Amino acid sequence: MPDTRLPVAPAASRCPDIAVELDNVTFGYDARTVLSGITMSIPRGKVVAIMGGSGSGKTTILRLIGGQLKPRSGRVIVAGQSVPDLDREALFEMRRGLGMLFQFGALFTDMTVFENIAFALREHTELPEEIIRDLVLMKLQAVGLRGTAPLKPAALSGGMARRVALARAIALDPMLVMYDEPFAGLDPISLGVVGQLIRRLNDALGITSVVVTHDVYESLKMVDYMYFVAEGRIVAQGTPAEIRASDEAYVRQFVDGEADGPVPFHDPAPAYADDLFAHD
Amino acid sequence: MTSAAFLGLAHVLRRLGAGTLAFITRLGFATRFALAVIRNSPAAVRRIHLTLRELYFAGVLSLIIILVSGLFVGMVLALQGYDVLIRYGADESLGILVALSLVRELGPVVAGLLFASRAGSAITAEIGLMKATEQLSAMEMMAVDPMARVVAPRFWGGLIAMPLLAALFSTLGIFGAYLVGVKLIGIDAGAFWGNMQAGVDFRFDVLNGIIKSFVFGTAVSVIAVFEGYVAKPTAEGVSSATTKTVVVSSLTILALDFVLTVFMFRGLGV
Ligand SMILES: Nc1ncnc2c1ncn2[C@@H]1O[C@H](COP(=O)(O)OP(=O)(O)OP(=O)(O)O)[C@@H](O)[C@H]1O
Ligand SMILES: [Mg+2]
Repeated sequence: MPDTRLPVAPAASRCPDIAVELDNVTFGYDARTVLSGITMSIPRGKVVAIMGGSGSGKTTILRLIGGQLKPRSGRVIVAGQSVPDLDREALFEMRRGLGMLFQFGALFTDMTVFENIAFALREHTELPEEIIRDLVLMKLQAVGLRGTAPLKPAALSGGMARRVALARAIALDPMLVMYDEPFAGLDPISLGVVGQLIRRLNDALGITSVVVTHDVYESLKMVDYMYFVAEGRIVAQGTPAEIRASDEAYVRQFVDGEADGPVPFHDPAPAYADDLFAHD
Repeated sequence: MTSAAFLGLAHVLRRLGAGTLAFITRLGFATRFALAVIRNSPAAVRRIHLTLRELYFAGVLSLIIILVSGLFVGMVLALQGYDVLIRYGADESLGILVALSLVRELGPVVAGLLFASRAGSAITAEIGLMKATEQLSAMEMMAVDPMARVVAPRFWGGLIAMPLLAALFSTLGIFGAYLVGVKLIGIDAGAFWGNMQAGVDFRFDVLNGIIKSFVFGTAVSVIAVFEGYVAKPTAEGVSSATTKTVVVSSLTILALDFVLTVFMFRGLGV
């Protein structure tokens, strides 16, 4: 039976320190261009945040890394392999080493919390049921929800569902975990706990974490490096110290949370007045 | 021809052409999809408990509606049949009339229609919702193919359930006819069963009926999983996909029934 480690392709030895690399990636849905020339590299063993306003393309970046979308141009390299060039089998092989927390949880609604987390373990390993049980309870304990094991996801609150989804994302102890908005909908206590959990998992297991978030304060506390995305480009990047000290307008707008600034709050649209009086 | 009329005609033709093309494209998609389901079927066999679960959902949970409908259809058939047969003094042929109608036609067709609206719609809605809530995406990201894990078991569950349901439908229908014909009207029980036994051929009646129900079961299952899988990932998308499953399945059953009946028909000596 397949094991759960990320296969190390020969090419990976060329740059063993880089887990994920995007090189001048462009992408769009239909006519609409979402990413225009994203370049980033995510070092192995680090926690890297991708920040940006709503609709700036953060989730899209994760989907490109996971191979669910193919870029229009540019390269997406994960563990030394070019993701868009992988065939289905190789892609699935790569994904075994990958965990993803979906923005909206995406828990399997016809299974219990326990079965959700056991899902990947049962699909990809031949572990005996007792061991699976222990592993699942460990993951649930880590997110503070061991008591919810027999519940269906419908019986969870939004924040609880998110934490269960997080436990599921790390069920197979992946080499790379992508968290899409791990802090959304969490109360301040769980928020701090989840932030620390991501950090601890990363350091204890030597995994690489990509955290997509709006939450500047929480990420400043726990990440190693941050990218700011706006209008399909990387507009700023740096370590938390650099970000704090930065006086780039984009960064300041994010850190200080102002609506007016270089990052537009509004989606592109005709002028407001024109729209309002369009019936005249 | 005035230019307005010409433009109108051109418009109609264009719509017709576009509709036809869209239909053929969709048919092609559905066929490729069905082949992909077959390719992924060994996985459904390996994880047999998933298929059994779907067999339960599609089959066992459809039992009530199938059994009750079968009973009533049989009873009505007996009343109507008796009314006609008695005019020719042939009321003792009621058994064979009912049995042949049910086994050849009504069993597979009506059970198929009920199955499409009871189980087919449920399969479509479930898969569509899983898609809309990104559960299928999540599965893909966990390196598990939804075709093998979600679609194939539902397809096989439906395909296996349908012939069994059709057989039960016919059985209950014959029982209903017996209740009405023998117990209520008072036809001789020996004649009722004896004529039926003598007049129903295994190869040409029973087997053909089973073939029909297999074909309908396959069609409904393919349509149900396909519509769910290609549904727009929104609430409206799922609801329109569910409706489509019922409508398309029903029309497909009726059309296939005609085609199959033509092939199986012996009366004209073709
Ligand atoms: N399936 C899709 N089809 C068409 N356009 C899409 C699709 N998904 C996203 N988009 C568009 O792509 C852009 C980026 O979407 P994306 O989901 O990556 O944003 P995001 O940065 O994750 O936003 P948020 O923080 O709100 O989750 C948006 O403008 C959105 O309208
Ligand atoms: Mg997003």
